Amino acid sequence: MATDSNEILEQVTQSEYKYGFYTDIETEFAPKGLDENTIRYISAKKEEPEWMLEFRLKAFRHWQQLPEPEWAHLHYPKIDYQDAYYYAAPKPKKELQSLDEVDPELLETFNKLGISLEEQKRLAGVAVDAVIDSVSVKTTFQDTLAKHGIIFCSFSEAVRNHPELVRKYMGTVVPYTDNFFAALNSAVFSDGSFVYIPKGVRCPLELSTYFRINAANTGQFERTLIVADEGSYVSYMEGCTAPMRDENQLHAAIVEIITLDNAEVKYSTVQNWYPGDKDGNGGIYNFVTKRGLCKGRNSKISWTQVETGSAITWKYPSCVLMGDNSVGEFYSVAVTNHFQQADTGTKMIHIGKNTRSTIISKGISAGRSNNSYRGLVKILPGATNARNFSQCDSLLLGDQCGAHTFPYIEAKNESSIVEHEATTSKISEDQLFYCNQRGIDTEKAIGLIVNGYAKEVLNKLPMEFAVEAQKLLSISLEGSVG
Amino acid sequence: MLLNIKNLHVAIDGKEIIKGLNLGINYGEVHAIMGPNGTGKSTLAAAITGREGYEITEGEIWYKGENIVEMEPDERANKGIFLSFQYPVEIPGVSMTNFMRTAVNAKREYNGQAPISAAEFLKLMEEKKKLVDMHAKLTNRSVNEGFSGGEKKRNEIFQMAMLEPTLAILDETDSGLDIDALKIVARGVNQLRSDKNAFLIITHYQRLLEYIVPDFVHVLYDGRIVKSGGKNLALELEEKGYEWLKEYSLA
Ligand SMILES: Nc1ncnc2c1ncn2[C@@H]1O[C@H](COP(=O)(O)OP(=O)(O)O)[C@@H](O)[C@H]1O
Ligand SMILES: [Mg+2]
Repeated sequence: MATDSNEILEQVTQSEYKYGFYTDIETEFAPKGLDENTIRYISAKKEEPEWMLEFRLKAFRHWQQLPEPEWAHLHYPKIDYQDAYYYAAPKPKKELQSLDEVDPELLETFNKLGISLEEQKRLAGVAVDAVIDSVSVKTTFQDTLAKHGIIFCSFSEAVRNHPELVRKYMGTVVPYTDNFFAALNSAVFSDGSFVYIPKGVRCPLELSTYFRINAANTGQFERTLIVADEGSYVSYMEGCTAPMRDENQLHAAIVEIITLDNAEVKYSTVQNWYPGDKDGNGGIYNFVTKRGLCKGRNSKISWTQVETGSAITWKYPSCVLMGDNSVGEFYSVAVTNHFQQADTGTKMIHIGKNTRSTIISKGISAGRSNNSYRGLVKILPGATNARNFSQCDSLLLGDQCGAHTFPYIEAKNESSIVEHEATTSKISEDQLFYCNQRGIDTEKAIGLIVNGYAKEVLNKLPMEFAVEAQKLLSISLEGSVG
Repeated sequence: MLLNIKNLHVAIDGKEIIKGLNLGINYGEVHAIMGPNGTGKSTLAAAITGREGYEITEGEIWYKGENIVEMEPDERANKGIFLSFQYPVEIPGVSMTNFMRTAVNAKREYNGQAPISAAEFLKLMEEKKKLVDMHAKLTNRSVNEGFSGGEKKRNEIFQMAMLEPTLAILDETDSGLDIDALKIVARGVNQLRSDKNAFLIITHYQRLLEYIVPDFVHVLYDGRIVKSGGKNLALELEEKGYEWLKEYSLA
């Protein structure tokens, strides 16, 4: 996965990636490369049942026949899938009973990330399931959740302890045949999170997972499955960050959400993976398939994302609005700076009657980056009175960056109403000077203006996340003007 | 002397707008600058505050004993120079509260002070809002967004009160204000007036000067100060209009 970015070079000043450090934890690797043996190795390591191995192998055989997609507005050197490790786990010492038993270096890592579990533990209202390079290390708040019958655990545990739920729902929203990266993930996924909210339960905590890629040359392929049973509600937060490395790292995740009648899931992401340095070296390739299925009537799925990291982002959190009166929402802020590339957006597939969807996308581009919105609104013939409202705004900082909007609309029902609005603006010199004149330096001023621009989306985030997201927006644009 | 401008020349896109201007302001003084549209009043304000694109081709601006022509605009602001804008700009999504807090803390940081506490800040806001009769709701709104012309101007004076500048430049703060609003603005300025600061009031009409009595009045014409005098000069100008200034034209 080495990158050759010599063709694109020009100095742009930038502050260092704040989360770039490497923790020396003993790591156990799968042999390099990818074939059926790798998959058997992973499955065996995880002591998986036969059906799980079968699922992986089917996905792998399918993946082998697929060409890599080339349609996104992205440019990157060909990825050598044989030149990576597909499994890296901190060497298990033994089952962990309490935080005291967690590897001190790992705790240190969390501390550097500003998400120390100890603090999180005290921070009532947040349960954390931390995933470091594939294996779920520690899940807190299990007891509180258990009282409500809520299952929140690592994907591996779910395979072991709740096979009936996993088998019933896994791959029903994102089948392994869905796309190249979904097939790859289905074959080699290492771990992830599983959530089940029983009937009528309103989850009393914000559930939260922090993902982090640590070891060199390991792809991270996590898989999340959230099932909200009838009349239930959950808000789920995902935060991501990775250490700084010169080589590129691949991340290909799958998130599946299913809501039954009257259920609601709010899924928030703050993605801050290493974007590469100011010359475009290194950084995460983020190819993610996220999709929610509003299976039941009156159910609702909201995606809110703040994307500031990764060298390449390829991501379209989507909603399949199957149940009548179901609602899908997508609120997104994507920031690209330096040589980052983002191709992100959503798909809203209206199947049921009176289904509604809202898309608010705010793209912010700086440096020599490229930021594309790609969205599909599809109204099927049976979706009587379906409604969609889309608003896609782009903000440009400087004149070497690009913003692109690719809205696709397919309406096959005449009673549907689809509205699309788009704007492109530049950060104005008037606004910057106004801030300067009040003593606010240009960097802070940009942070302020950009946060204001993104406010509509930031307001949708849970409190704890909103604060972090605001800081990130400012940090990721440091050195973009000047 | 707080501000001493010597032989200032300012060009925009290579075109000279200010053509050799001299002006000295002491602590405790209020100076008014009058003159017809397009003579360079706002350009002078931009040059003092350090706006990009306003090129100082010649001359010096001494402020608190330092020639500031190379200084960044935010540093000038943090050293106590404030401009009440002729056309305040809107910043969507940024609440006045957040904006002001950022500004107040920027200044404190510059002066080596710790950030202001939330409680202290809110108290300060309440106090200063009263000074300009600013509607409580305005501070919850985004900076100048959807503000009426009068509200924008009052908001500028509110910000001035919050930041307590040493040198405040008011660029046509009176334009478009009705008499009540004008009085409020004047009251704000008069309450802040002290021997520790100074004001430079740019105006088109002498009306505002009935409420803020200046120590000196200067007439700016074609990029230069062509006449200076006491407060009576403003009245004289009002009577005679600006027509008679044509003889001072350099062109
Ligand atoms: N940003 C600008 N770009 C080009 N010309 C400008 C700009 N600002 C001012 N000018 C010109 O400079 C001259 C003085 O303008 P200004 O200082 O705004 O005058 P006043 O404030 O006295 O009405 C005018 O001829 C105006 O057209
Ligand atoms: Mg003017």
